Amino acid sequence: MMEDTRILGSYVHIGAMERAASLLSSLRRDWSALLGVFIIVAVVAAATLAPVLAPMDPYEQSLSRTLKPPLWSDGEHIFLLGTDHLGRDFLSRLIYGSRVSLIVGAFAVLLSGGVGLIVGLLTGYFGGKVDLVMMRVADLVLSFPFILLALATIAIVGPSLTVLIVVMSLRIWVIYARVVRGEALKIRGMEYVQAAHAMGGSHTRIICRHVLPNVMAPVIIIASLYLGRMIVIESGLSFLGLGVPPPTPTWGGLLSEGRTHLYNAWWVATFPGLAITFTVWGANLLGDWLRNVLDPRLRSL
Amino acid sequence: MTGYAVRRMFHAILLIKCVLVVVFLLLHITGDPTAIIAGPDATADDIVRLRTLMGFDQPLWVQYGKFFLGAVQGDFGKSFEYGESALALVFEHLPASFELAISAFVLSVVIGVPLGCLAAFRENSLFDRSFIGTTVFVQAVPDFWLGIMMITFFSVHLGILPSFGRGSWTHFLMPAFAASTYHLARLGRLMRSQMLETLRQDFILTARAKGLPETMVVMGHALKNSAIPIVTVMGLDLGILLGGTVIVETVFAWPGAGRLVVQAIANRDFPVVQAVVFLLASVFVLINLAVDLIYAYLDPRIEYS
Repeated sequence: MMEDTRILGSYVHIGAMERAASLLSSLRRDWSALLGVFIIVAVVAAATLAPVLAPMDPYEQSLSRTLKPPLWSDGEHIFLLGTDHLGRDFLSRLIYGSRVSLIVGAFAVLLSGGVGLIVGLLTGYFGGKVDLVMMRVADLVLSFPFILLALATIAIVGPSLTVLIVVMSLRIWVIYARVVRGEALKIRGMEYVQAAHAMGGSHTRIICRHVLPNVMAPVIIIASLYLGRMIVIESGLSFLGLGVPPPTPTWGGLLSEGRTHLYNAWWVATFPGLAITFTVWGANLLGDWLRNVLDPRLRSL
Repeated sequence: MTGYAVRRMFHAILLIKCVLVVVFLLLHITGDPTAIIAGPDATADDIVRLRTLMGFDQPLWVQYGKFFLGAVQGDFGKSFEYGESALALVFEHLPASFELAISAFVLSVVIGVPLGCLAAFRENSLFDRSFIGTTVFVQAVPDFWLGIMMITFFSVHLGILPSFGRGSWTHFLMPAFAASTYHLARLGRLMRSQMLETLRQDFILTARAKGLPETMVVMGHALKNSAIPIVTVMGLDLGILLGGTVIVETVFAWPGAGRLVVQAIANRDFPVVQAVVFLLASVFVLINLAVDLIYAYLDPRIEYS
C-alpha cells in the first residue's frame, strides 16, 4: 500500500515542466543523443533556410560547365561540390533536396501517427467488434511487402508529394495503432481509470485525461524511430523514379542521376547518399535516446 | 497445438484472399483502369476500344469474379510486354530473388547473431560500445547507396567484382551484402539486448552457482532462452527480404522479381505487377504462418486463443 501511494504520488507531482527539464538534463549527458539533435537541427535549418544557404539557383542549367568536380580537386571554378550533368550547382541541389525528404518523412510520421493514435485509443479502450475488425485490417496491411505495394500504388496513381505521404502512412499507422491499443487496453483496467469512471467521468474525459497522456510516450518514440525509415523509403522511391518528379531535387533522384556517371563523376552519387545516411543516423540516435529515456520496453521497434 | 495450427492456416488463407482483393482494386483506385493501362499517349478512340477489350465496361463485381476465377487457376492474364502468362513470367524470376534474399538473410544471421552475443557477453567493453555505435550507424545507410558505392569501389576502381547480373558466386557478394546490412545490424542489436536480458535471469545464476562451466551456461541455457524472440524477428526479416530486395535488384541489374516489377511498372505491364505483388505477398503470409507455428512449438506457454 505504501509502495502504491508513493508511485502514484510521484506521478502526480511530476509536472510537464519538470519532466521536460529532466529530459533536457539527460540529453546533456548523452553524447550520441546530442549528436542526433545537432544533425537534425542542421538538416531542418538547411531545409527551411535553403534560399539563403544555397550559393546558387538549384535549377539554373549551363551546358558549358557540366559535371565539374568539387572545388578541392579542381580549383578553377566556384562550385563547392561541383556540378551535375546539366551544369547545375550540386551543393544548392543537395540543400534544396533536404526539403522533400524532411517534408515527406515528417508528414508521413505525423499523419500515420494521428490515425494510428485514434484507432489504437478507440479499439484498445472500447474493444468489441470494432477492435476485432481493426486488428484484422492491421494484419492485412502488415501482410504486404511494403515497398512493392508502394511502388505499384504510386505507379498507378502517379507520383506527387501528397501521394508519397499518404502511401507511406498506409503502413506505419498500424505500428502506432498496435502499440497504442496494447497500452490503452492495459490502462483501461487500472484502478484510477475505474475510479474516474465511478466518479462519473465520461468516456471522452477518461480517454483524454487518463489514457491519452499515458500512450504519448510510445507514440513519440515510434515517430522518431520511423522518421529515418521514412526518409530512406522516400529516397528509395525517388531513386526508382517514383518520387516527387524532376526537376525538383530529391536526394534519391540525385543519387539515381549519379548512377549513370559512376565512371566520370563520383561526387554525384556520393554526396546525396551521405546526406541521407547522416540525416537518418541523426533521427535514429534521437529516437534511440527518446526510447531509452521514455520507455525502454519498446526496444524491439 | 493442432487446433491452433489449423486456425492459423485458415487465417492465412483468408489473408491471401484479402490480398487478392487488394491486388484487384489496385488497378481501380483512380476509377478508370483503362486510362492507366493505355498510358498518356492513347487517343480517346483507343481508350474506348481497350475498355471493351479488357472488360472494364462491366460492373466491378463481375470483373472481380472473373479476376478471382482466373487467379485461383493461376491466371493473371498475359504480360502486355512479353505475351506470355504473367504468373509464369514471375515464377521464372522468383528463384533469382529468393537466392538473393536467402543469401542476404543467411549473411545477416551468421554475422549478426554471433556478434550480438559476443557484445552481450562483454557488456560495456570497448567491443560492446563500438558494436552499438557501428550498428546504429549501419542501420542508417540506405542499401541502394551502399550498393552504388561498392560498385564504384570494387568494380570501377579496383575492377575485381562484377557490377551487375547473376552468374558465378562473385556476382553474389555485393548485392547480398548490400541487402543484408540493415537486417544484420538490427538483428545484432536485438540479439545483444535479448542475451543481456536472459543473462540476468535467475536460472542463469543457478546454473553458474551449481558450478556449470561457462560454455555450458551459455550454450545450454542462455542461447536457447534468447532464441524465441529472435526467431520471430528473423522470420519477419526473411519475409521483408523476400518481398523487398526491389531496389538492390535494380541497382545490380539482378534478374529477379523485384527488377521485373520495376520494369513492368515502367512499361505499364500491369498483369505482371499484379502477379508479382500477389505472389510475394502470399510468400510473406506463408512465412509469417511458419514463424507463428515455430514460435508455438518453441514456447508451449503461448496462449492459443
